Amino acid sequence: MADDNAKYGWPAAEQRSLIGKRISRVDGPDKVSGRAKYTYDLHRPGMLYGKVVRSPHAHAKVVSIDTSAAENLPGVKGVYIIQDKGSEIHWAGDDIVVIAAVDEPTAADAAHLVKVEYEVLPHFVDDFTQPKNIAENNAPLSPRDLFQMFNNDAPDDQVIAAAQKRGLAFQLTPEMTQRMKDNEVSETVIKALQAAPVKQPQPTNSPFRKESEQVKGDPDAAFKEAEVVSEGMYGCPVITHCCLESHGSIAEWTDSDHLFSHISTQNVSGLASQYAQSLKIPEANVHVHQDHVGGGFGSKFGIDRWGAYTAQLSKKVGGKPVRVMLERDAELTLAGCRPSAFAKVKVGAKKDGTLTAWQSDSWGTGGPGGGGAPPMPYVVNIPNQRKQHTAVATNIGPARAWRAPNHPQGCLITMGAIEDLAAKLGMDPLELMLKNIKLTAPAEDTFHRADTYRDELMIAADLIGWKKNWHPRGQGSGRGLGLAIHTWGGRGHESNCALTIHPTGSVEMKMGTQDLGVGTRTAILIVAGETLGLPINQIDLKIGDNQYPSSGGSGGSTTIGGVSSSTRRAAVDARDLLFAKVASALKAKPEELEAVRGTIRVKSAPSRSMTWKEACARLGTQPIQTLGKNPGPGDLISSGVGGAVMADVSVDMETGIVKMNKMVCVQDCGLVISMKTAESQVYGAMIMSIATTLYEEKIMDPNTGHMLNPNMDFYRLAGIGDVGELVVHMMTGKGYDERGPIGLGEPPTVGPMAAISNAVANAIGVRVPFLPITPDRVVAALKGGSNATV
Amino acid sequence: MDDLPDKPAKTDKPSKSQKPSSSSSGVSRRDFLKISGVSAAVPLVTQVSAFALAEGEVAAQGPGKVPVSLNVNGKKLNASLEPRVTLLDALRDQFELTGAKRVCDRGTCGACTVLLDGKAVYSCSVLAIDAQSHQITTVEGLGEPGNLHPIQKAFVDNDAQQCGFCTPGFVMATKAFLDQHPNPTPEQIKHGLGGNFCRCGTYAGMRLAVMQAAKTKGA
Repeated sequence: MADDNAKYGWPAAEQRSLIGKRISRVDGPDKVSGRAKYTYDLHRPGMLYGKVVRSPHAHAKVVSIDTSAAENLPGVKGVYIIQDKGSEIHWAGDDIVVIAAVDEPTAADAAHLVKVEYEVLPHFVDDFTQPKNIAENNAPLSPRDLFQMFNNDAPDDQVIAAAQKRGLAFQLTPEMTQRMKDNEVSETVIKALQAAPVKQPQPTNSPFRKESEQVKGDPDAAFKEAEVVSEGMYGCPVITHCCLESHGSIAEWTDSDHLFSHISTQNVSGLASQYAQSLKIPEANVHVHQDHVGGGFGSKFGIDRWGAYTAQLSKKVGGKPVRVMLERDAELTLAGCRPSAFAKVKVGAKKDGTLTAWQSDSWGTGGPGGGGAPPMPYVVNIPNQRKQHTAVATNIGPARAWRAPNHPQGCLITMGAIEDLAAKLGMDPLELMLKNIKLTAPAEDTFHRADTYRDELMIAADLIGWKKNWHPRGQGSGRGLGLAIHTWGGRGHESNCALTIHPTGSVEMKMGTQDLGVGTRTAILIVAGETLGLPINQIDLKIGDNQYPSSGGSGGSTTIGGVSSSTRRAAVDARDLLFAKVASALKAKPEELEAVRGTIRVKSAPSRSMTWKEACARLGTQPIQTLGKNPGPGDLISSGVGGAVMADVSVDMETGIVKMNKMVCVQDCGLVISMKTAESQVYGAMIMSIATTLYEEKIMDPNTGHMLNPNMDFYRLAGIGDVGELVVHMMTGKGYDERGPIGLGEPPTVGPMAAISNAVANAIGVRVPFLPITPDRVVAALKGGSNATV
Repeated sequence: MDDLPDKPAKTDKPSKSQKPSSSSSGVSRRDFLKISGVSAAVPLVTQVSAFALAEGEVAAQGPGKVPVSLNVNGKKLNASLEPRVTLLDALRDQFELTGAKRVCDRGTCGACTVLLDGKAVYSCSVLAIDAQSHQITTVEGLGEPGNLHPIQKAFVDNDAQQCGFCTPGFVMATKAFLDQHPNPTPEQIKHGLGGNFCRCGTYAGMRLAVMQAAKTKGA
């Protein structure tokens, strides 16, 4: 292993010419000039345009469908019924029929001619009212239930008791067992799960699934002994992804069983299997391609129902390319939904601020599936806990992963409750957080996490002027500061990188990954250029195609670790093969050579060198071809990052309008490969979170079950004038670089929501319990004092 | 307009002084305009007469496809389009000029921004037939890789983009804005680019980019 680390390990700081430097993204010029082609921009030869007939009801059964008038409209080339009579519809806007026509207006006209009869069924879209007097869910445990328990650090005896009492709703596979082992689930728990009875879940009409209570330590005694107890309500609504490029694809059949799909996706290499399963064709017959994607944020991992029916419709029209891109209202209604989370929380502490007890009753929805419990108390592992979560099944549309699933919700609720406790104690929340910082150390702290949080909080405090600007709650004349800390895993995913050095000196790379705009192309080229001693514009990188060696989907902040380490291994192997070819000509051993600034030279005698081109010419006719893999030899990556966020807001006490003055994020993520785009990720996360905290909400009409704001007028994003001053500080250098690159997409999206919410509470003197913090809610909170709940 | 059936005008707000009896039934658009004209202040009267004048000049288009000729980036582009086709859809689907993006498709987000005679417009909210006889500039006409316009270069230098889907709209909005405000203050930038939205959150770089572009142009 030591040898592998010496061979593949990241170059030391003084040897880096590209890694960690501020390099402009390589696809920037294409994007600013409108040349970058997204799926939505493509016009395949003979392409037809698809339009979808959608359900006007939130819950219904399809009784009949008459497409004859649509089929007879001139210009219509094909009609495909997605959900035929008898289908049960679970959300308004669900796809019923799709039409292909020569142009969009014709397809739209045809869609209006389709007659669908529905049997309307009762719907339920209320996730805001706290579910009360709900019987505990005794249904057998689903894989999701188990994941929730592990995610929430449920004590072993509780998992075991639940498995014995409720049984499992599924057969435990060896793969699942292995995954649990990999995630350090204890042997006794795994044995108990293996011994648990497998039971058939009973259908239920209740929208509520009350999870069993989770207890840690002795919360009753701890609350009795607590010298101060703070209680409050906290929560955030369902929000949507609002990717600017909506979801969709262009499907075409190159012959009767070969599909070619251009699709807007975060998962280029992972879609063929999904198409294969849906269309009953071999996986190898599916070609997926994408050059650029206009946002995903967790909502574009699948082919989705629309991916499948676009392919079916193309088949129906003889394989001609058919494009279906979701309309904006459809994108907002059914292609993205981050689960809501609301909670009634009680926190207990000693007078000196030492946190001792936590109790939470939480609920929330992620659509028909209910949705998960956010991890609570978040990061700060209070010793005595009692918590209960009720998942609410609703007809609002299906849930999707949204940057850092469940973390922002858990963070908002936890950091809000802790801030309120600090206010009750009359204590500076920064002081209280530092006092309890040891509680942030994970059980297996391979990295000095608590110390890092302390460092990050101190730097953030300095950058925002905490000492100077913080006032006790309500004493800042409408101005306030708030803080939060956050965490994420972010270990690199499986990735393969094919690298070729041609005798002409040109270098070609192929990877089945994708660049969501986070700078993946740039980061890959930085690693390859650094390793080969070449400028990045001399390397030809091809990504975005599943015919290239596969790479994981871009989710969970796993891409940078995956692609950088597979690239590093491919490039080191290729470089070493080149060294072996030219060593004798330079009168040196291969291990005595280095590749620097376009030359191959002897480390100890740099004047003995040849240019990259001369070296490659010695390959004769044989190019060097390597395949770098992750995982692979050498410890190149690790997992587990954290960050601290502080926000400074001003609130107009008359109108309730919140203005962002400034926000600071201090973030660690191991070795930063591409500094400029890494910082952009953090800026972006903060800006998205400002919108989430102040504006965003998927508003559902209880009467019709429709989303009331499926447009960008009323589903409001942040504008350039809304975000205030932003400061990003990346923790780099000794202690961080050695960890290798760790993902950054999720973590900085977690803390800002809580930090802003806390800043507002600090500014106005009372908590605005629920997001978004709209002016009316601020005014209501001010009128109702600290007991206001809405 | 003479042969419009008698029904309350939907798009015009009843004026405050309008009698309750006249709003209840059977007020034609023509009558409504007369009522407004009599009771409203002078500026409204001017608007009404302008409206009536325009009314007389507009020729019926369609139904069905009509020949459309557009002047885009200095080139004449011809197509046969239904009158309902927007400038955005014409640019994208007829002429493969896909820099302008279709995002909200209702004049909110600015991703479709192009210049019409040098002024920024949401091309999703302009009909292609109405864009004839105007000079249209799209992001493709501003510069290209290897020969970027200073604004485009500033966006690259300051990483004022992530996924890039909003970027062409922002670049064009910046062009129109800087033409009007060659030396903008940060406060002016907030307002001047307030008509566009970015989802990835690239405003930090964008503010720097606009300032850089302003400086580069002045140099």
